[in-house]
Amino acid sequence: MEGLLKPGIYFWQGNEACAYGAIAVGCRFFAGYPITPSSEIAEHLARLLPLVNGVFIQMEDELASLNAVIGASWAGAKAMTATSGPGFSLMQESIGYAFMTETPCVIANVQRAGPSTGQATKGAQGDVMQARWGTHGDYNAIVLSPNSVQEMFELTIRAFNLAEKYRTPVILLADEVVAHMREKISVPPINEVQVVNRKEPKKGDRAFFALEEVAPMPAVGEGFNVSVTGSTHDEYGVRFTANPEVHRRLIGNLMNKIESHKHEIVELETHNIDGCSTVIVCYGCTARTAYEAVEEAEKRGVKVGYVRLKTLWPFPTETIGELAQQAEKIVVPEMNLRQIFYEVQRAACGKAEVVALNKVGGGEMITPEEILRGVVP
Amino acid sequence: MDKRIEIIIAGLGGQGAVLAGQILGRAAVYDGKNVVQTQSYGAEARGSAAKSELIISDGKIAFPMVRKCDVLVVMSQPALDKYVNNLKEEGILLVDTLVGDIPETRAKVYKVPATEKAEKVLGNKLYANVIMLGALVKATGITSWKAMEKAIIDSVPEKARQANLEAFKEGTKNIVM
Repeated sequence: MEGLLKPGIYFWQGNEACAYGAIAVGCRFFAGYPITPSSEIAEHLARLLPLVNGVFIQMEDELASLNAVIGASWAGAKAMTATSGPGFSLMQESIGYAFMTETPCVIANVQRAGPSTGQATKGAQGDVMQARWGTHGDYNAIVLSPNSVQEMFELTIRAFNLAEKYRTPVILLADEVVAHMREKISVPPINEVQVVNRKEPKKGDRAFFALEEVAPMPAVGEGFNVSVTGSTHDEYGVRFTANPEVHRRLIGNLMNKIESHKHEIVELETHNIDGCSTVIVCYGCTARTAYEAVEEAEKRGVKVGYVRLKTLWPFPTETIGELAQQAEKIVVPEMNLRQIFYEVQRAACGKAEVVALNKVGGGEMITPEEILRGVVP
Repeated sequence: MDKRIEIIIAGLGGQGAVLAGQILGRAAVYDGKNVVQTQSYGAEARGSAAKSELIISDGKIAFPMVRKCDVLVVMSQPALDKYVNNLKEEGILLVDTLVGDIPETRAKVYKVPATEKAEKVLGNKLYANVIMLGALVKATGITSWKAMEKAIIDSVPEKARQANLEAFKEGTKNIVM
């Protein structure tokens, strides 16, 4: 693998960086169905995976794709798929199955303008709530939001590590802009890449699900007796489709394994936040606009705070709440018609004015000037 | 102030505007610059408008889109009509000679017989994009020749390397001011 991924400076596309990140962290299985603007992830992995004895399968559709990924994960492989809005919608049922069966896997959703087929080649940030709430029932999602080619590499690695550590699907919620842009990227030596692997069972273990701490995960063929089901089950995988206690314990532990580690999962980038009366809360490609606006405002003598959500979910409710205590105004720019805005508003509890700045269509980004109008008196 | 140059390369889908942008960006990275390259194209594989945007800078590049460009490289009439207003007043315009109708502009205009030379010298009009790059480097010194040659070698399939390197050289000697 060293030959595939020499440390150094590269000029890569975001999707290419995602593929290399996956290889670096040990992903050895990809199943997917091509869709703009995510297809280059599949293209690069189709080339790279066979070189590391991995498996690439182009499936018949997105439902089958994620099901194959879940199967591969239970066979012991680190596995991922990549898609965009229409495919992400089709995957929702299997995402629920992955949550319920505690199957580590990574789903890269490169957002484009929707609903439906929308504008295939044009970027958007419209799947933020779907990534959190898209499948039915109660669950906690981990959703990461890269804003550069460098982060397409780094957050793909992190997505796998979180998936393995917490035995849960992790969504890399990129957008067309970040996925298709090319940028300078620095690749570290492969032995410096942090790699987390799922907890393996010991001989004699029988409980593989919904323990208070993340349960060990056997692989099919290792000799453990394990039943994997999307129906309510106890720690041994035995189905209980009517017992209220078993359901409450299962869902409670699945929710809690994310919630109780929120402080380790949530990542923010902040700039200038102390003492600023106006703060921008942003993520993904729009954060690049916000950063430029903050720098321009500073040139004009106005200090504006900047909070970038590298993890969208779990949402940093407490941090935004504290921010609202000291700031007068929080501006939330998004390439959708208000999604994270409502979450910020909820966290702010009326302590600060929360202002939405939205734009959709044609992949047009919010411009620094548009943000400046909202933050510079 | 950090040195910062913004460029738009545009043409019809299939003319290689996006690949030209990638090669130019890669060359600038080899020169040690920060680069962001974005692109936009229609849902069709060929024939619709295609555009590649680059920001090359010594400093950090946050907002990745080009608003007003310093350099506009166009390979089709619709691309020129569409993007000429994005060019800064004192900017540089490189235009394929097959584009006949150049509006009055204060920009410095270079005409490049890219498609013509691609067909006559290299036997395929697909090399026009790299000929335009040769002209661009000659006119602006935007990247070093060495970086550009390495970027071409690293960006195109092996069987097309030699022809693309020749196309680049062809571009450097065929500019009409």
